[in-house]
Amino acid sequence: MSLVRSATPAHHPRRRRLAGAFVAVLAGLIGLQLLVPFAAHADEVDTDKYPYRVSGNVQLDNVPLADVELNVKGNGIDTDVETDENGQWAVGVPEKNADYTVTLNEDTLPEGIAVVEEGNETPNIKEVTVGPGGRVTANYFIGEGTRNVTSFFDVVIERIVNGLSFGLMLALAAIGLSLVFGTTGISNFAHAEMVTFGAITAYFFANLVGWPIWVAIPVAVALSAALGFGLDVTVWRPLRRRRVGVVQLMIVSIGLSLALRYLFQFFIGGNTQQLPGATELPIDLFGSVSMTVIDMVSIVISIVALLGFAAWLLFTRIGKATRAISDNPSLAAASGIDVDGVVRIVWIIAGGLAGLSGVLAAYYRPGLKWDMGSEFLLLLFAAVTLGGLGTAFGAAVGAIVIGLVVEVSTLWIPADLRFAAPLVVLIIILLFRPQGILGRRERIG
Amino acid sequence: MDWLQILQNSASTIIAPATIAYALAALGLAVHFGYAGLLNMGIAGFMALGAYGYAITILTFGLPWYVGVLVGIVAALIFALILGIPTLRLRGDYLAIVTIAAAEVLRLLFLTSAFDEVTGSADGLSGYHTEFRAANPIPAGSYGFGPWVYNEIGWWVRILGFIALVLAALVVYRLVNSPWGRVLKGIREDEDAVRSLGKNVFGYKLQALMLGGGIAALGGIIYAMDRNVNSGVYVTSLTFFVYTALLLGGAATVFGPLLGSVIFWVLQAFLSNLLPALVSSGVLPFMTTIQASTVRFILTGIALMLLVIFRPQGILGNKKELTFVK
Amino acid sequence: MSSDSSPLVARAKSTGLHIGDAVPGVAKTDPILIADGVRRTFGGLTAVDVDHLEIPKGAITALIGPNGAGKTTLFNLLTGFDKPDQGTWTFSGTSISGVPAFKVARLGQVRTFQLTKALGLLTVLDNMKLGAKGQRGEGFFSALFPALWRKQDTEIEERALVLLEKFKLDTKKDDYAASLSGGQRKLLEMARALMSQPSLVMLDEPMAGVNPALTQSLLEHILDLKDLGMTVLFVEHDMHVVRHIADWVVVMAEGKIVAEGDPTTVMKNPAVVDAYLGAHQELDLGVVTGRYHPDEADPTTDAKASVSADAEAIAAAGAEEEGAP
Repeated sequence: MSLVRSATPAHHPRRRRLAGAFVAVLAGLIGLQLLVPFAAHADEVDTDKYPYRVSGNVQLDNVPLADVELNVKGNGIDTDVETDENGQWAVGVPEKNADYTVTLNEDTLPEGIAVVEEGNETPNIKEVTVGPGGRVTANYFIGEGTRNVTSFFDVVIERIVNGLSFGLMLALAAIGLSLVFGTTGISNFAHAEMVTFGAITAYFFANLVGWPIWVAIPVAVALSAALGFGLDVTVWRPLRRRRVGVVQLMIVSIGLSLALRYLFQFFIGGNTQQLPGATELPIDLFGSVSMTVIDMVSIVISIVALLGFAAWLLFTRIGKATRAISDNPSLAAASGIDVDGVVRIVWIIAGGLAGLSGVLAAYYRPGLKWDMGSEFLLLLFAAVTLGGLGTAFGAAVGAIVIGLVVEVSTLWIPADLRFAAPLVVLIIILLFRPQGILGRRERIG
Repeated sequence: MDWLQILQNSASTIIAPATIAYALAALGLAVHFGYAGLLNMGIAGFMALGAYGYAITILTFGLPWYVGVLVGIVAALIFALILGIPTLRLRGDYLAIVTIAAAEVLRLLFLTSAFDEVTGSADGLSGYHTEFRAANPIPAGSYGFGPWVYNEIGWWVRILGFIALVLAALVVYRLVNSPWGRVLKGIREDEDAVRSLGKNVFGYKLQALMLGGGIAALGGIIYAMDRNVNSGVYVTSLTFFVYTALLLGGAATVFGPLLGSVIFWVLQAFLSNLLPALVSSGVLPFMTTIQASTVRFILTGIALMLLVIFRPQGILGNKKELTFVK
Repeated sequence: MSSDSSPLVARAKSTGLHIGDAVPGVAKTDPILIADGVRRTFGGLTAVDVDHLEIPKGAITALIGPNGAGKTTLFNLLTGFDKPDQGTWTFSGTSISGVPAFKVARLGQVRTFQLTKALGLLTVLDNMKLGAKGQRGEGFFSALFPALWRKQDTEIEERALVLLEKFKLDTKKDDYAASLSGGQRKLLEMARALMSQPSLVMLDEPMAGVNPALTQSLLEHILDLKDLGMTVLFVEHDMHVVRHIADWVVVMAEGKIVAEGDPTTVMKNPAVVDAYLGAHQELDLGVVTGRYHPDEADPTTDAKASVSADAEAIAAAGAEEEGAP
């Protein structure tokens, strides 16, 4: 789930709830299948027989555990159930506004694993109440049996490191989104799919073709850049020629986003896939901070790519032209800049950076999925808006702020609300500084 | 392959509660986007408030279902107010970002396990239909003809849906053809110009946001009356699909959203029946039935692109009165 | 439209507008708009810094100055479209500093914009009707009941048709405003502003981008406003237009008022000539562009040079100086 992992029970349950949220999003998307009845994937017992239900997830470090036995008891029932491959289970119960006891059979957990909760002798047994809603959830998000107590300060440091690495990853995608907005005026919703595309192509070459990952990733980035180029040639440039308005362009990008997203699902299905090495164990660094080698390499790659991009934007002729176009397109065109040519290069760079961000995201989450990009899309928009629409450096700063807010906010709010926190911050900042952090005010009339 | 069955299933969705819910949401969006030029990307949030407001009122507070309807609508009105007061002064593209973000925050609040008692978190809410169904004046049994045969509950939801839709369409029709609507369309074109003519632009935008939001919430309520409430339904994609339905019919029209929703759903139903059937009967050998069921979403996306590029005014819109100006 | 070659009808200029010497900030006998200590900065740049300004009632006042002098910003501030860092101003004795734009307009002070804001996808008639004040049908709930507003709406429509006829737009009443030419849009915008029956009309570059054939008729309309008892304040770059129609001229440079006075005096002020008037002052642009016969040329200009000058070359040079919009 995050770049830096540690075995700190004090906050682990929260992080695991987040995994629950992802599972719920997945379940929700299945439920969405155009508003047909909610398709439950969990292993279900008696859910047809009784109107109310007790259900939940069993996960170990965010990885679902299958075939774990549970028992639900109370109000005349005593039902056994096993988790499915998604770690989910559900039991139908006859009464609402009633209590039930859920017991997890620890013998069916993998070896050396136990349910641990501070100050609770029997954490594998949960008392749950089916409320007026007729449903209740009993989740088991389990850590490995060992634990070490971490100070609050260490936790804060760990979150900040996490936040920075998440922010750097977001920044890669956000600067491309921002450049495209600055030079073409498009609020490109399909940017999310350019992110996903990078992860999927890396998966294709590394897992399916069997190339080494260090070959697959550069190829994936190159193909993502090619996708940016291809979309510019086939979609965006013709629309520029037609002088299509920016609102129309935005909705076109929404259509493109939907089409590409489901095209990905068509090819790789609805499940989460892993890139090689994504489930590696972390190495302890300092304090409570521990990272995998891949995590550390990811951060280095992000920083190098961002610095390279900054150098390009500041010092090369095309980089300067890009900034000139963002500043004033008609003036730039009048002063002899080949706007079309620069925009094409912007699309190529945006595609490449988004693809790279997608590969890193596949390690960060961990896992890649057909709609993984759309998970980050709003955060990207938030980053670009925070930074001031259309300024690439602003977008990078905004992305890092958002990464930090996402990770640090989980100290105080439930982890499944962590993606809500930066959106709330965005709304609040816009109230006081509508032009964003680094943007300029505009003149009327 | 059973063509009759496929056609029947498709025809049946013409008056499905989901179609009515989409029509109401798209009508609300027409007020926002088509008439006032407000780029509301959070219509799913308004629908969610309607649905959750309705269900929670019944389940948690034990109030009658019609109070739930009121609560759902009022919740959306308050949301519009909270959202509108700070953001309607901002530039249009900021409004889009803020509305999509606010709708997503709402969805995450409904999804989080922190409020499980009230919202049912990932499981959503169910089991609130009893009283609503008890209030049904239609005697038990099946009614209708051809593909449109439903039981008394099915008709009860549909009839209430129709009433809501007709009332909402009537209100919107009267408003947009009044001086009020003229001001609103003026704001869509250039709000500074309208401001310079002494109109309280902010007030009109807020009224439009609340009106459209309330209508969209009604859509969410009708949908909740038909089945369960789950936060997984009210995702950003729902907003996009409602936009597709709206643009299909015509954004700056009253009947466009209704027509667009019907076409959207009939096509969806048709493709979701046809494509897997084609695969099963070996016509499409290169895909599985699961893959075939994603094809209609790919087509939806492509249709949205083509529509916006080649017929932005929609089926019923006036060729000259395109809604995209800037 | 008015024929190209017809000269402007000479109308009497208003005089005796000020009290004492015509210095920047001079008091007026009957001011409609009084501004005090209005400052607006963008970042480190001071766009507007006006100590004191009075606009005479019932007269046509021109606001001139080089690009970036702060004319439009001052317009925005006085009409409530922008907020100053500090300053107060009154309109007909009522303080309107900090009052939102729409309320300022309701008080009878309406404005137009430099870049015309015709509402493109509304018909010309709807544009006009939108201008009327106090419409019952514009309330949310009363809009639902046509009986409450139908009669008033018909009256407004009649008034709109009269104005459209006067502005020669009556044949276009059912067209979308987007289909009008630039000049026609300027006319529509002015006519629409008149629908609200204002007492002060503020026009931001009413001649910008207008086909010379329409300039004449626009000028006539501005003069008509004064005859109807309205006060006009307008921003203009064409000095000859200013000379022809303005009763009073206010000159701005770098955000400050640098000179005030009647047109003839102000344009002889060497500081003003240096600051703004530039190279082609010896030419009468009316003659250069062929709108006026050399005999009608402004006596202060060189009629012969005007005839031989190439209008397009001057325009191109001007455009270069002004840079891209």
